[in-house]
Amino acid sequence: MKLFRSLREKPWLQQPAIAGGAPAYAGPDTAGAARIALRFILAVVGVIFFLFIITFLSRSQYPDFEALAGAPWQPFNDTTRLWFNTALLACASLGMHFGLVSARNGKINGSIIGISAAVLFTVLFLLAQFDLWLHLQSMGFYINSNPANSYFYLLTAVHGLHMMGGLIVLSNVVFRVWYDSEPESLASPLQLCTTYWHFLLGVWLVLFALLSSSPETINTLAAMCGF
Amino acid sequence: MQHVALADRPDELHDPQTFITKYVWSQDHKVIAIQYGSTAIFVGLIALVLSGLMRLQLGFPDTFDFIDPNSYLQFVTMHGMIMVIYLLTALLLGGFGNYLIPLMCGARDMVFPFMNMLSYWVYLLSVIILLASFFVPGGPTGAGWTLYPPQAILDGTPGYDWGIILMLVSLAVFIVAFTMGGLNYVTTVLQARTHGMTLMRMPLSVWGIFVATILGILAFPALLVSAIMMLLDKTLHTSFFMPAVVSLGENLSYEGGSPILFQHLFWFFGHPEVYIVALPAFGMVSDVLSVHARKNIFGYRMMVWAIVIIGALSFVVWAHHMYVSGMHPAFGFFFATTTLIIAVPTAIKVYNWVLTLWRGNIHLTVPMLFAIGFIFTFTHGGLTGLFLGNVTIDLPLSDTYFVVAHFHMVMGVSPIMVLFAAIYHWFPLMTGKMFDERLGKWHFWCTFLGTYAIYLPMHYLGFLGVPRRYFAMGTTDFIPESAQSLNAGITVAALLVGLSQLIFLYNIFKTLRSGEKSPRNPWGAASLEWQTADVPPHHGNWGKELPQVHRWAYDYSVPGAAEDFIPQNHPVTEDEQTEGH
Repeated sequence: MKLFRSLREKPWLQQPAIAGGAPAYAGPDTAGAARIALRFILAVVGVIFFLFIITFLSRSQYPDFEALAGAPWQPFNDTTRLWFNTALLACASLGMHFGLVSARNGKINGSIIGISAAVLFTVLFLLAQFDLWLHLQSMGFYINSNPANSYFYLLTAVHGLHMMGGLIVLSNVVFRVWYDSEPESLASPLQLCTTYWHFLLGVWLVLFALLSSSPETINTLAAMCGF
Repeated sequence: MQHVALADRPDELHDPQTFITKYVWSQDHKVIAIQYGSTAIFVGLIALVLSGLMRLQLGFPDTFDFIDPNSYLQFVTMHGMIMVIYLLTALLLGGFGNYLIPLMCGARDMVFPFMNMLSYWVYLLSVIILLASFFVPGGPTGAGWTLYPPQAILDGTPGYDWGIILMLVSLAVFIVAFTMGGLNYVTTVLQARTHGMTLMRMPLSVWGIFVATILGILAFPALLVSAIMMLLDKTLHTSFFMPAVVSLGENLSYEGGSPILFQHLFWFFGHPEVYIVALPAFGMVSDVLSVHARKNIFGYRMMVWAIVIIGALSFVVWAHHMYVSGMHPAFGFFFATTTLIIAVPTAIKVYNWVLTLWRGNIHLTVPMLFAIGFIFTFTHGGLTGLFLGNVTIDLPLSDTYFVVAHFHMVMGVSPIMVLFAAIYHWFPLMTGKMFDERLGKWHFWCTFLGTYAIYLPMHYLGFLGVPRRYFAMGTTDFIPESAQSLNAGITVAALLVGLSQLIFLYNIFKTLRSGEKSPRNPWGAASLEWQTADVPPHHGNWGKELPQVHRWAYDYSVPGAAEDFIPQNHPVTEDEQTEGH
C-alpha cells in the first residue's frame, strides 16, 4: 500500500540530494488529474444513490409501504417495460464503448458513429423512462399516493438527471471532434465519459432490481441492514 | 476535463488583461479565493447582526417591538445556517483552500481552473437564494438550523412556505458549488504537487484542507438527499419524512413517514461538517504556531495521522446528536464510545500544539495571539464535548444553553480564532501590505476575553436548565431571576464582541488603502507560499520555473544554520547531510 508507506515517511530526516539535480518538472499530468476527478465524481454519485437506497429500505419497513412488485395488480409485476429501457441504456453503453475503441484506433468515423448511437440510445432511454412515468400515472400510481411510488419517481428522476449531466459533458467532447480532428486526443476524455456511462448503467441495474423486488426481498434486505 | 490550465502553459504565461477576466470571471485561484472569502465574510456579518438581535431579545425581553417570537426563530435559524455553511465552510475551504493549496504545493493554479471559477459563481448564487428568503412572503424559515421535519414545513413555523423552499434549494445549490470546488482541491493536492513535494512534506494546512474536502465530498450528499426528499414532501406532498399529522384541527394528506430518518441523514452530514470546519482550522493553526514559535511542529507525523483518523471517525458518531430522539441502548453505547474515542487523536493534537510552544522562541504577534487563543477556546469547548458525548449526562443537558455554549466554543469561536490568525498571518502575502499591529492586538483581546464573557456564564445557564431556542423565559419556577441578570450581562458582552469586529474591518480597509508595504516574508516562514517570485504572487505564481522542494516545511531554528529558518526550496547542503540532520 503506497499510501501507508508514504504516511510512514519521516520528513524531518534529510533525504540525500539528487546528483545532477532533479529532472525538470513541467506541471501536472492533466489526464491523470481528470481520471482522479472522475473517481471522486463517481464516489459522490455512488454515495447519493447509496443513501437514497438506505432510506428506501428504512422507509419500506413502515406499514403504509406497498412495494411496486409482488402482486398481480402492481405495475412492476410485469417487468417487460423495465427490461426494454434497460436494453436501451445498455445499447448506449455499448455505443460509448465502440466509440472509445474506434477513437483509440484512430478511426474518427467509427468514433462518431459510436458516440451518436450512444447519444441516440441515451435520449431514447430518457424518453422511455418518461413514458414509464406517464404509464404509472395513468394506472393511478401517483408520486404521493405511496412511498414506494415516491421512491420510484425520485430515483428515476435523479438517475435521469445524472444521464443528462453526462450528455452535457459528452457534447463538450463531441465539439472536440469537430474542432480538433485528431482522434487520439479524443480517446482520453472519451474514456472518462464511457466509464461514467457504464457506472450509470450499473446504478440503473441496482435501481431496477430494487424497484421490481417483491416485499419479501425488500424485507430481507432491510433486515440485513438492521431496519 | 482535459483542460490545461492557462497557467500551466509556460509559453503562454501572460496575465489576463481585461478587468473582467482579471477580477470578475477570473480563473486564478488567488482571485477566486478572495471572491469566496469576501462573500463569506459579508454573509457572516449578516449572521453576526442576527445574533446581536437575538441577544437583545434574550437580555432585555419585552423591550424591542420589532422582535417577535417568529422573527426570533428566523434569526436563530439563519444565524446558525449562515455561520456553519455559508461562512465557515466557504471561507475555510473556498477561501483558504483555494488560496493556499496551489501555493503550498508549488502548483501554478488549481488543475481545473474553469470549474473553480464556476464553483465560486454557483456559491454566490446559493448565497443570493438564501438571502432572498428575507424578502419573500413569510420571511426566511424559522425551523432551527437542523430543519427537522415535520415542523419545518408545517403551518405554524415561520417561513414554512417560501422560506423553507428557498433554504433547501439554496443548500442544494451550495452543495453543487462545494463539489466542484472540492474536486479541484483533492485533485490538485494529489496531482499538481511540484517536484520534491511528497505527501509528507506538505504543510499541515494542506493536510487539514485535503482531508476536510474528502469529508465534504462524502458527507454533503447526505444533506443533498435529505434536502431533495424534504422538498418533495413540501411541494408534492410525498411522505418520506412526514408522519400522519393533524395540523390546526385539520387532517393533512401525509401518512406514515419517518422524521427520525431525516435526523439520521442530517447528522450523517452534520457531524462530519463539524470536522469539515475543524480540520482546516487544525492544520492552519499548526502552521501559524510553528512559524511564530520558531520551532518545528511537534510530532508532524502524528499530526497527519490524527487528521486522517479524526476524519475517518467523524463518520461513525453522528447519532450522538440524537440521544434524546430515542434509540436502542446498544446504539447509544456504540455512539458514545466512538464519540469519546475521537477525543484521543484530538487530544494528541492539543498536546502537540502546546509542546510546539514549549521552549520555542514565541513571538506574540497578532496571528500568534489568535492561535494561542484557539488552544484555550478549543480545549474548553472540547472538554464540554466529553460531557455531552455520554448518554446519561447528555439527557439532562440536551437542548439547554450548555449545548449552545459547547458548540459555540468548539466550532464557532475556535475556527473563527484560527480564521483571524490565518487572515492576519497571510494578509501580507495576499496584499503585500502590513496591517496595523496595535489595532490587531485590540481586536484580539476584545474578541478573546469577550467570547469568554459570553460563553462561560452560558454553561451555567445550561446547568440551571435554561432551554435554548426559547423566545422568552417568562416566569419559570426552576429558573431564578438572577439568570435574567446573567443573560443581560451576556448580551452586553456579545454586543461588545460584535462591535469589536469593526476594529478588524477598519484595520483591513485602512491597510488596503494606505498600509505600509510589508517585507517579503515578514514572519520568516519556511513553507513554499512565501517563496514566490513576487509578493503578492502574480498569475501563474512561480514565474518561468516551478520551484523544487528539498525539505519539509518546518525547518526552524536548525542548529548550525545561517538563519533561523530554511525555506522548503532551499537545497540540502553537504554539512546538513554529514550531520545526518
